[in-house]
Amino acid sequence: MVRPEKEEDLLQVLISGIVIGTVYAVLALGFSLIWGAARIVNMAYTSFYMAAAYLFYVFYSLVHLNIFVSAALAVMAASLIGVAMYKFLLEPIRAHETVVILVSIVMAFFFEECVLSIFGTTFRSVPPFVSGYREVFGVRVLNQHFLALLVSIVLIIGLWLFLSRSRTGIAIRATSQDREIVNVMGISEKRVSLIAISIGIGFVCVSSVIITPIYVVEPLMWMHPIIMVLAIVVLGGLGSLKGSFVAAYILAFSEVAVVNWIPMGSFIKSAIALLVMVIVLSKRPEGMFGTLFEDERL
Amino acid sequence: MEYYVRRIYKAFNGEILAVPGRAIGAAGIVLLFLLGAFEISPYVKDILIFSSIFALFAASWDFLFFSGQLNLGHGAFFGASAYTSAILSAKFGLPVWLTIPMGAITGVIIGVAVAVPALRLRGPYLAIVTLAVPVILQGLVFVFPSVTGGELGLFSLPGIAESSTFVYYFCLVLMLVCVWVMWKLTDTNSRTVRTGIIFHALSEDEISARTSGINTVRYKVLAFAVSGFFAGIAGGLYAHTMKVVGPSTLEFLFSIYPLIWTIFGGSRTIYGPVVGAYLLYFLSMELLVIVPEIRMTLFTAVIVGMILFMPEGFTRWFRDKIEIRCPRCKIINPVRRRSCRVCGTPLHGTMDYAIDRKKEIAL
Repeated sequence: MVRPEKEEDLLQVLISGIVIGTVYAVLALGFSLIWGAARIVNMAYTSFYMAAAYLFYVFYSLVHLNIFVSAALAVMAASLIGVAMYKFLLEPIRAHETVVILVSIVMAFFFEECVLSIFGTTFRSVPPFVSGYREVFGVRVLNQHFLALLVSIVLIIGLWLFLSRSRTGIAIRATSQDREIVNVMGISEKRVSLIAISIGIGFVCVSSVIITPIYVVEPLMWMHPIIMVLAIVVLGGLGSLKGSFVAAYILAFSEVAVVNWIPMGSFIKSAIALLVMVIVLSKRPEGMFGTLFEDERL
Repeated sequence: MEYYVRRIYKAFNGEILAVPGRAIGAAGIVLLFLLGAFEISPYVKDILIFSSIFALFAASWDFLFFSGQLNLGHGAFFGASAYTSAILSAKFGLPVWLTIPMGAITGVIIGVAVAVPALRLRGPYLAIVTLAVPVILQGLVFVFPSVTGGELGLFSLPGIAESSTFVYYFCLVLMLVCVWVMWKLTDTNSRTVRTGIIFHALSEDEISARTSGINTVRYKVLAFAVSGFFAGIAGGLYAHTMKVVGPSTLEFLFSIYPLIWTIFGGSRTIYGPVVGAYLLYFLSMELLVIVPEIRMTLFTAVIVGMILFMPEGFTRWFRDKIEIRCPRCKIINPVRRRSCRVCGTPLHGTMDYAIDRKKEIAL
């Protein structure tokens, strides 16, 4: 691999870092929201990332629907699957933390197996919403990247406004702080959890349909995102949305830098990102912005 | 001499045969020993060998879980040890009886290394940090392909022995001994070994344990080291029975398997994961042969069904069906008995007992 000029290289890292970081931020915010409101570690979270991508592929390439219609349908269908899984599988066992982790992992492999048996191992691709690229400071950036950045920023700002202004949003934040008191105050904690789960899974589905056109659609595509999302959420502090946001950029930049600057980098990109997480956590066990509850009421 | 024979016979009768769970366990062990002596197809024998290795692996996961540490990266201990054994035998030509202990020592080292950040973390944080460890090790494997064989891994390693029957008994006996040691170490009622009750205290409430004067740091590191040691033995055995060690041993799925087996079999029991590994590994392999297309789907259906219907795990559910604890002397009795076999207390509520007595009197 011939290396481009040093300066351009740095710009490349910066720009990809920003784009990937923003996408990671959306994924991690959704996960964080689910953890905060419902107290479940949903390991099948990025399975819906995969489900949305495959449904998008089905609606667009097999049913031949309009691209925007198929994207919208894919997001809705995948979110519905996710919410149904929470409602019927995870909610009854929510009190047992490890069992929730186990069931969601098993469900993730189940989804993978479903996709494998229906679509096989062939790599598929979904079309980008916008084609072409433009140059920013001499670096080529796909227009789809810009779209992903834009949509992600809109989602993040929308979530922030929702959580800080609307009554439901405040209820979600209250639930993530203290479930017992929320119930005493007359907020249905179950309903709030369901809303938070819907938003979280909706987030992952939307970011899936805008980011997968850049990558390939394959049965193992959920594996790398879930590990990164877990790392981000823990690094930022579980349940802290600000932490997830900052940590997403830290890990995205470290990942992109490793891929660009270290030989064989793409093999060890997750290893380095996770090493960063382990080092930060051994200095600050509660994550960057998290609070450690010595004795949390659940 | 005769006295001792009679005493052993009596102990066997009273301690093992009288308790249905233990009797079934003993019968299972005898069955496993007999299976090795019979001529069974090499494929089934291979599956049974791997079952015993994975049973040890799952039991070592459960040992850590017993002391309250949820490890989502248990494959790190296993994989590191398998790689160590493989490198030592492939590159340095060391014999098997040396490489497996070296692998176990690697497991201990990795265990202690994981324990250092784990000392300050708990719950989901700990789970995710441990999940990172095999990924980091996998990165190392890819960085040094000349030593580790890169993506292909190391292959054509020497086996433990020529005859598969010997390998079978070797793995089975080693597994049973290791599981027995772990079982004794986690025995909360023991009067000689204190670790059981201390690990239990750690998992229940770490702060209370510390205020009671237990050096929690030392015992946490000990738990990780012991768990790493036994997972390391399993890894070394795996390297020399599979004869191939690749990066797949450090994959996420490989760290999840012991968790599945343990939760299926019954966590915090040590023998639960052994039962789970034997049942599930055998089941999944047999299903693979019959209906390969929907293997994983069936597997997930079994697991999710199990968890929804018996969240305590298979062994505990089964024990609750066949055993009952005497309310007065806490001795385990078969569920069909009406009164305790030692102290005669009625087991199923006093009314039943009264009716029973009436019948007796009438007769």
